[in-house]
Amino acid sequence: MTRTADLVTAALLLLIGLIAVFDSLRLGAGWGSDGPKSGFFPFWLGTLLIAVTVAIAVQAWRRGPGKPFVTREQLRPVMQVLWPAVAMVGLTVVVGLYVASALYLAFYMRWVGRHRWLTVALISIGIPVVTFLVFEQWFLVPMPKGPLEAWLGY
Amino acid sequence: MGLENLLLGFSIAVTPFNLFVAVVGIALGTIIGVLPGLGGANGVAILLPLTFTMPPTSAIILLTSLYWGALFGGAITSILFNIPGEPWSVATTFDGYPLARQGQGGQALTAAFTSSFVGALFSIVLITLFAPLLAEIALRFGPPEFFAIQLLTFSSFVGLGGGNPLKSLVSILLGFILAAVGLDIVTGQLRMTFGITDLMKGFDFIIAVIGLFGIGEILLSVEEGLTFRGAATGMNLKVVLQTWKILPRYARTFVRGAFIGFWMGFKPGGATPASFMSYAFAKRFSKHPERFGKGELEGVVAPETAAHAAGVAAILPMITLGIPGSPTAAVMLGGLIIWGLQPGPLLFTEKPDFVWGLIASMYTGNIIGVLMVLAGVPFFAAILRIPFAILTPLIVVVCAVGAYAVHSSMIDVWYMMIFGVVGYVFKKLDYPLAPLVLALVLGDLAENALRQSLIMSQGSLTVFFTRPIACVITVAALFFLFMPILTPWWRRLRGLPPTPGAPAEA
Repeated sequence: MTRTADLVTAALLLLIGLIAVFDSLRLGAGWGSDGPKSGFFPFWLGTLLIAVTVAIAVQAWRRGPGKPFVTREQLRPVMQVLWPAVAMVGLTVVVGLYVASALYLAFYMRWVGRHRWLTVALISIGIPVVTFLVFEQWFLVPMPKGPLEAWLGY
Repeated sequence: MGLENLLLGFSIAVTPFNLFVAVVGIALGTIIGVLPGLGGANGVAILLPLTFTMPPTSAIILLTSLYWGALFGGAITSILFNIPGEPWSVATTFDGYPLARQGQGGQALTAAFTSSFVGALFSIVLITLFAPLLAEIALRFGPPEFFAIQLLTFSSFVGLGGGNPLKSLVSILLGFILAAVGLDIVTGQLRMTFGITDLMKGFDFIIAVIGLFGIGEILLSVEEGLTFRGAATGMNLKVVLQTWKILPRYARTFVRGAFIGFWMGFKPGGATPASFMSYAFAKRFSKHPERFGKGELEGVVAPETAAHAAGVAAILPMITLGIPGSPTAAVMLGGLIIWGLQPGPLLFTEKPDFVWGLIASMYTGNIIGVLMVLAGVPFFAAILRIPFAILTPLIVVVCAVGAYAVHSSMIDVWYMMIFGVVGYVFKKLDYPLAPLVLALVLGDLAENALRQSLIMSQGSLTVFFTRPIACVITVAALFFLFMPILTPWWRRLRGLPPTPGAPAEA
């Protein structure tokens, strides 16, 4: 339900407020020898955040449960994008960004889009190659590389 | 004297290389504006790393051209696909999409682009005239004035942003808290890092922009079941010329829209209310208000003029005060710092070639832009006909590449993913994202201004009221901040229902 989501979000934000206040008190939130101490600004930010999130929680509670926050049918395509993307970022550390993004593109296109293997191969290889040319060769911005690039001599 | 400077600017903006940069920027920007999940702000953020090796003036021309392109691109998706790429394109869909459905897509697009161009041009002329004056006034500003302006920036999000004012406030506070994470440059102490080395650098707002707007937006659009059913473009030279013959009829709408756009636009969060306001005014003063929402050309002219005027006006506070009026302007400001420039009023005296090159490029960029989009609509519309199973992973990959390139750091890509999920949840719960990004950008500046002001006054808050300029701005800021509380009260006093109807009236 939207209310539950609202309350959970408010609680998490409240936690961030508490962290800010707690850490500011450690640093000192008052007036030091040369002006406000390090914790001064975050302390008031945290305090305000706590107050406002409590108000939002009260608002959300009063408004009633509301529509479902996300239905199963809505969540499925979101997760189909999200998990492979997380896997891609994880893989990047091992095989480099170019190979990881090629695998991600190929996987998603085949799994969700059910495109022909030829299309899948052309795009999932073509895009990283273009990225490589633009970033690495033209603008000299290096990307994480893995064994494949090492084997090719980069 | 102003003319001299402008001529200097043109001599920089009209070099072959800078014109080429503008063309590339507009083409890329329009593609970015058309694609779901990529808008002006994160398009600029992703391409920022590519500008590190360019001369600053060419770099800013690339980024601003990208921005103009994205603004034009938003109109294409709104009219042909009924998908507002940005919140300020929502009002364009009211009459634009019905027109396209009736086979008048070409007319609607021509009207939209022309209005965008007129609105932009109006704002650029005003910027040319007022930016130097504003910069000169700003030179006399001290920390209290700067803090007051920051306060005004954020309170206008609360007061004018629409939606739940408390949630706007949360976004602002969260942005400021995230900005405080890491090394405090004034005292050299570490804040909220809890011994984690990766947190010492703090959070880069560019990564936040790519995650919140890029990944968050793509998650939202796949959730809605991404299917683009576009209307035919029906665009050719004859339609363009015919529409141009009709458009002078709406001269008053143009002028009104441009004024509303500029006035709302140089304050943050102004583009969206400006577009709705301009639409509502056009409807009210129209002889045929009943035609609005069913495919009235004036209903495209009004919001587009205002939105584009506002989009351009957002550049004004960025170059004169160093305070951005929109997330896109914020990313550009980040760029200025990376290129080694100090944003703020001094830019006008110290880097006149940069500032005037930028201002002149706004003229050339918008002229090139309107011609390019008028000619290229079929091509740009075709992009949305690419199957979504190719577009979606492609956008995710582009975002990841952009996020990594900013600092060549893997942790940033993870932050981007986290910000993406946060953006998705926030969007669904109506927490606005723009104030969060702006607070993250301005966090250190605002805190330093506050600290210095308090040091000046020995810790007393009266410093914001005893200095005349600071006082005026602070009072205005407090007015906007408390507007959500005052409005229902004021309306009850006048015997109106406590909450006004939807701003769109449609």
